[in-house]
Parts: sequence; structure tokens; C-alpha cells
Amino acid sequence: MTNIILPELGEGITKATIACWHAKLGESVVVGQEICEAVTDKASFVIEAPAAGKLGSILVDEGQEGSVGAVLGTIE
Amino acid sequence: MNIIVEDWGLIEYTQGFRRQRDLVEKVQMGAPDHLIFCEHPAVLTLGRMTNPASLLYQRHDIEERGVKITMVDRGGDVTLHAPGQLIIYPIFNLNNHGKDLKVYMEKLEEVAVDLLKNFGILAISISGQRGVFVGKDKIISIGVGVRKWVTYHGLGININTDLSLFNLIKPCGLNVRMTSMQKLKGHEVSMKEVKAKTIELFRNNF
Repeated sequence: MTNIILPELGEGITKATIACWHAKLGESVVVGQEICEAVTDKASFVIEAPAAGKLGSILVDEGQEGSVGAVLGTIE
Repeated sequence: MNIIVEDWGLIEYTQGFRRQRDLVEKVQMGAPDHLIFCEHPAVLTLGRMTNPASLLYQRHDIEERGVKITMVDRGGDVTLHAPGQLIIYPIFNLNNHGKDLKVYMEKLEEVAVDLLKNFGILAISISGQRGVFVGKDKIISIGVGVRKWVTYHGLGININTDLSLFNLIKPCGLNVRMTSMQKLKGHEVSMKEVKAKTIELFRNNF
């Protein structure tokens, strides 16, 4: 299982909101595939699948906020 | 820093978006940073988080005014583009600029404020709000996306935009009034001059 992590986005940015998940639960993804989009108050950042597999869980839903370093979901 | 400048002229939003994505891939693979200028025919772009209440008229009525409505794969609310609004898409590799979204956004806002200052317009950026304002009116919209630390989208500067088009929407879902350089100066502003100044400022700041 591989965690999908909200990466460091810049100094002073501690949180971001998940604007959308591009992949659905159970959907197969490949490494580097755009999997979700995080937005700060000023910009959006596309997060890619860190591993190949199926999207096993979504821990931060669309519209919810996550902290930098938080597990947004998992790939199994 | 070496920046390649391209002017795409008047280009449909969706076509411009495709060209941006192609360029993002090239920059990810090592091409130099690019600065794109263009204008879009009148279009409302609706993000995934668009509140239906942000459209103040029926779809049919909006399209009758010659304004297209396009769904876009991004977060955020509704945005309007139209001729007279200079679109600037910096396709920059932030791996070479400190990999910091906050620093990048601050630099963009700084360029935007300096640009207007060069035309005698005193503008400010407001903490927590996207865009650049003159008083309470928004003059430049900013929306940035990042893929593998390469930026796309960017700035929409209302130079000679038909501001009545903004009456169709609540821009970005906010009750904010839009203004333009033309409105503030009382005459049309040369887009050529704005572009030249923009290139100079980007080259000095990045």
C-alpha cells in the first residue's frame, strides 16, 4: 500500500483543500497519473499517483482540507 | 533567466488550454520557461466548484450575447475571458525558481502591481484573495495551476475589456466589481505597450 501525501507547497503554506479527485475509488492508476487537485487560497496543485495500483481509499474528500504531509488517500 | 515569449493572438479558450498543456510537458522535459500572451473570444469557464448562483442569467441568454460557456477541469468558480483582456500564461519550471508556490504567487502579484504602476495605476494585492485590486475593484484575475512544479494558467488583465460582460456573473463567486485600465485611464490602452512592459518585468523578476 502506498500513501498519497499532500506535498510541501511552499513556505507558510500549511494546508490545502482538495478541489477534486480525478480518479474514483477502485480505479486503476499508473505512476505519475494526475490523481487529485489541491487548492490553496491562491493556486491549485495537481497531485500525481506515487505508485501503480488501485485507488484504495480517499481520506480527504473533495471540499475538505488537509495539512501538508497528510495522507490524502492510498493506492493498493 | 531565459524566457521564450510567444503571442498566440486571439485563440479559443479550449484550444489555448490544449496548447498550454503541450507546452507544460515540454517544459517538464527541459524546455526553457515560456511566457504566452493571448486573448480569448468571450467565454465563461466553469470550474468544478462553480456555484450555480454565480451565473446570474440563464445559459441560453448568456449564449445569445455571444458568450460561450465551457466546463473546465479545475477547482474554483466561474471566470470570464473576453477580447481586450490580456491573458498571460507563464509556463515556468518552478524547480528552477525555488519550488515554492507562495513565492511564485507573490512574484506574480508583484509583477502585476508594478505593471499597473508603470501605467499610472495604483493597485494592491489583498491577503487571502486571488487577483489585484484598485480600491475595491478587481482589475487583474490570477489563477494558477501547477503540474510537476511547472506552472500554467496565470493572469487576466482587463485592459480594454467590455466590462458589461461581467454583469453576467459573480466573478469567482464573489460580489466584486471589475474594472479595467481603459476605465481608469479614460481612454483605450495600447496592448502592445502593456505586453512590452510585461516582458521586461518578468525578465527582471524571474
